[in-house]
Parts: sequence; structure tokens; C-alpha cells
Amino acid sequence: MSLRAPSVLPGFGLTFGFTTFFLSAMVLLPLAAMVLAAGSMHWSDFVHVVFSARALGSYKLSFGASFLAASINVVFGFIIAWTLVRYEFPGRKLIDALIDMPFALPTAVSGIALTTVFAQSGWIGRYLEPLGIKVAYTWLGVTLALTLISMPFAVRAVQPALLEVQRDLEDAAETLGAGRFYVFRRIILPTVLPALLTGFTLSFARAVGEYGSVIFIAGNLPMKTEITPLLIVIHLEQFDYQGAAALGLVMLVMSFTVLFAINLLQAWGRRRHLLGANS
Amino acid sequence: MSAVSKLLPTDAARPGQHTWLHSIVRWFFIAVSLTFLAAVLLAPLATVFAMAFAKGVEAYARAFADPDTAAAIRLTLITAAVVVPVNTVFGLAASWAIAKFEFRGKSVLVTLIDLPLAISPVISGMLFVLLFGLHGWFGVWLQEHDLSIIFALPGIMLATMFVTFPYVARELIPLMQQVGNDEEEAAITLGAGGWLTFFRVTLPKVRWGLVYGMVLCNARAMGEFGAVSVVSGHIRGLTNTMPLHIEILYNEYNFVAAFAVASLLTLLAVLTLGVKTLVERTGYRGH
Repeated sequence: MSLRAPSVLPGFGLTFGFTTFFLSAMVLLPLAAMVLAAGSMHWSDFVHVVFSARALGSYKLSFGASFLAASINVVFGFIIAWTLVRYEFPGRKLIDALIDMPFALPTAVSGIALTTVFAQSGWIGRYLEPLGIKVAYTWLGVTLALTLISMPFAVRAVQPALLEVQRDLEDAAETLGAGRFYVFRRIILPTVLPALLTGFTLSFARAVGEYGSVIFIAGNLPMKTEITPLLIVIHLEQFDYQGAAALGLVMLVMSFTVLFAINLLQAWGRRRHLLGANS
Repeated sequence: MSAVSKLLPTDAARPGQHTWLHSIVRWFFIAVSLTFLAAVLLAPLATVFAMAFAKGVEAYARAFADPDTAAAIRLTLITAAVVVPVNTVFGLAASWAIAKFEFRGKSVLVTLIDLPLAISPVISGMLFVLLFGLHGWFGVWLQEHDLSIIFALPGIMLATMFVTFPYVARELIPLMQQVGNDEEEAAITLGAGGWLTFFRVTLPKVRWGLVYGMVLCNARAMGEFGAVSVVSGHIRGLTNTMPLHIEILYNEYNFVAAFAVASLLTLLAVLTLGVKTLVERTGYRGH
């Protein structure tokens, strides 16, 4: 096989050339710069930056809160998607359109708005305060902001999968005497499980890197409420480019590892599901 | 389609739809959804406007009389005016190459185009600091030639371009693959040139996807915070975009002005969703 299959259409050279050139200049070259900057560090310096107590604290918060946010989004994403797909109620279309709001709304706006709502004197914060729940300037606030900005990923991943659940199967099962929870566990859940995992993955990936909405609500105390992206910014502000590049590299490697693991899990699930269907 | 759906039982005729358990589950789900969305989505949105108008319409209007605010709005508009067309041209070229031709390494190319979406905005901005910053790869050369990219307009544009890089392409690639090449092949065979075919055949076929991608690209370009924050240097009146200006005003406890600027970006978001909904009404579904 030659490099490309023949076609009567023109323009391959021009468009392919421009695409690869622009991609290399805009994305690949800058990424190479980061790898080189981190790679040019002495090994002991690299370890010193990457495993400092402050860095470890920030990974714990960034990855922990993102994991929590993605898990919350899987649960609420399913409930919201279910409500939008299965139930008819006034305002359904409007809510369906509003789900994408966190995508369209600049993160800085989400950040200051959430902080204001959940601060001690805010609309919701004032009712949580007497209960002893502090959201703004704690890890709870970080999780909340991450949940908000990644919520559409979960809903939008589950919605099409729920539409594909075969309702005649559900009806048949119920007619044959299956309870609602049995139907959910045996028919609905297996169909939407891959979509739920995808929703989790996308939410998690978005949340780990998030900066704008978090820094307003986090309080940004080192070791406590400081996320890794902020630590990178702090290194850059001190003109410690190598340290920043090292942290960036660690973050990218860690998030790609998580994404890869979830992809493997999904492939394994698919195989198991197919085998189960055959036997 | 409609003939088939008439044969299927309606929801009311489904078994078990009238039991009290169903009603409870149904109302519980709707209540949970609405409460969750009200707390994390509607309350913050309402807060933006409540805070912006907290001291009256006059205070709101005065926020925009500040020359720094006007400069921030101008900078954001200029950046989007450069970034969105460039990424649109890229998106069209990439989707033409990927959707119209079969070649080796195509899936790698598609993955690489999506790469910026998987990278933290802060890291995206940092990449350009590493290249063009004072201690970056080209830092000394740039200084010798008295050029500045970081802490100046070109850096802001580059960082924004990186972050919004995939938006148009990822809408157009699946769409062009879906609509196929038959009409284009017919046009070329009948003697039309490449450009004529593109403008008269392809572009009309994918126009809604193009609008959709450009609108999303624009929303992200105008609202980008993390990447721009790293490269901007936060020079008031010079390198502050609207989101960065919001941060400064907010940290100065100038809440009315901060939320006034935020209200503009919120309106932009509402407008973006409006266009998106309109485009979806033409039958186009985002990818």
C-alpha cells in the first residue's frame, strides 16, 4: 500500500501539508520544549521539585478532588441524563440547553460566582455555616468547582447511551415479573456502563487541569488548598522554568496514565460483556 | 419513523408505569436533578447579575467607564478576531485532508489534533513561556532583537490559539466524514476546480457544523483564563484580557466592577448556547 489511497479529489498536498505544519508549530514544538526543559534538569533537582512536600500535597488535592468530582458527576450525571431522557416536565428543553453552560461560561466567572454563593454570607453558604460546613476556601470548595465545570461531560456522555437502552427489553422483563431494580441492574446498567466510564474519564481529565474556577474558591494555602496547576504558576512567577516544566510533565504523565488505565478497563469490560453474551 | 413510533406503546401504556413506586422514583429524580442544577448552575449565574447590579444601574454603567476595563474588552475582542479565523482555516484544512483522503497515520493525526484538550490550560500557557520567555529557548534571541512575545499581545494570541486549536477541526472532521465525498467527486469529474468545489459544494454541506465549531472556539477564546494568565504578565490596560481583568477587580474587592465585566462574559455564554441550540434545530448534532 502506498502512503495514501488514490482519489480524484484535489488538495491533499496543500491541506495535509498545512495541517501537519501548523500542528507541529503550534502543539508539538511547544510540547517538545517542555520535555526538553524538564529533561535538562539534573536528576536530583528533578526529584527535589517533583517530590517536595508541597508538590505531593498539591497532587493529593488535584487528583483526589478531581476523582471525587468525577465520581459525583457519574452519579448526578446519570440522574440528570435519566431525567432528561425519560421524563417529560415543563422546562425540560431549557434545562437540556443549560447543561452546557459550564462549557460556555468562562472559568473565571464560574470561580467568582461560586465563591460568592458558597462564602459564609452567600446565598447557600449562610445555610451551611450553622451546620459547620465550610465550602469556600476548603477542599470542599475545590471539589465543588471541579464538579461544576466537568458536569456536562458526564451528562452528555450518558444521554445518548440511555436513548439506546432497548425499552422493549425493559417492558418484556417487567411483564415477566422482574422488579424495577432487577431491570436496572441487568438491562439498563450494562448498556450505560461504558458511557458512565467515558463520562468519568472526561470529567476527571478536565478537572485535573482546571485552574480558573478553582483558584478563587480554594484559598490557595500551600499543602492544604493549593492545586498543582497553581504550583506551576508559582514556579513560573519565580522564573523557575525547569521546576515548572518538571511539575507539568509529572501532571501530564499522571493524567495520561489514569486515562490509559480507564481505557484498558473499558476494553476489558467490553470483551467480558461480549464473551458473556456469546456463552 | 412516525409510522413506527405509532405502533410502539406510549409511555402511559407501558407495564408498571402507574405504580406508586414509579411516581416516587420519577419525582425524586426530577427533584434531585433540579436541586443539583439550581445549586451549582443557576445560583452562580444569578449571583453574577445580582452582584453586578448590587449598587444600582449607575454603578454598573460606571464600571465600563474605567479605561482599563475598556482596554481589557478591546484586547479580548482583538485576540478572538485573530484566533478564531486562524483556527477556522486550520480546521477546514485538517478536515479536508482527514475526511476526503485515506492515508497512513490518520488516527495518529486526529489524536494529536485533540491533544490540547487534554492539557491543563496552565501547562498550555507554560509551553510558550518555555519557548519565548526570558529564560526560554528563544528568550535571549528575542531580547537581542527587542521583540517581546511573552507578557505581550503575541503571547496571549499564541496561548489562546493553542487552547482553542481543536474546536473547529473536531466538529468538521466527523461531519465531513459523515456527509461523504460523492458530490465533490461528481463536481471534480465534471470539470470544476478544487476551490470552486470547496466553496460551492463542500462548504454549504458543512456550514452548520462550521458555525457550531466557530461559536465554541470563540467562546473559549474570549473566556480563556489559565493559559492567558501565565503568558500575560497582568499589565493593567495593556495585557489584561476580560477574564484576567475580572480577577484583578475581584481581588481588589471591587465586586461591582468585577461582576459587571463577568456579566458581559455570561451574556456571551448565553448567546453561545443560544446559537448552539438554533444550529441544533437545523438537525445538526454536535460531535
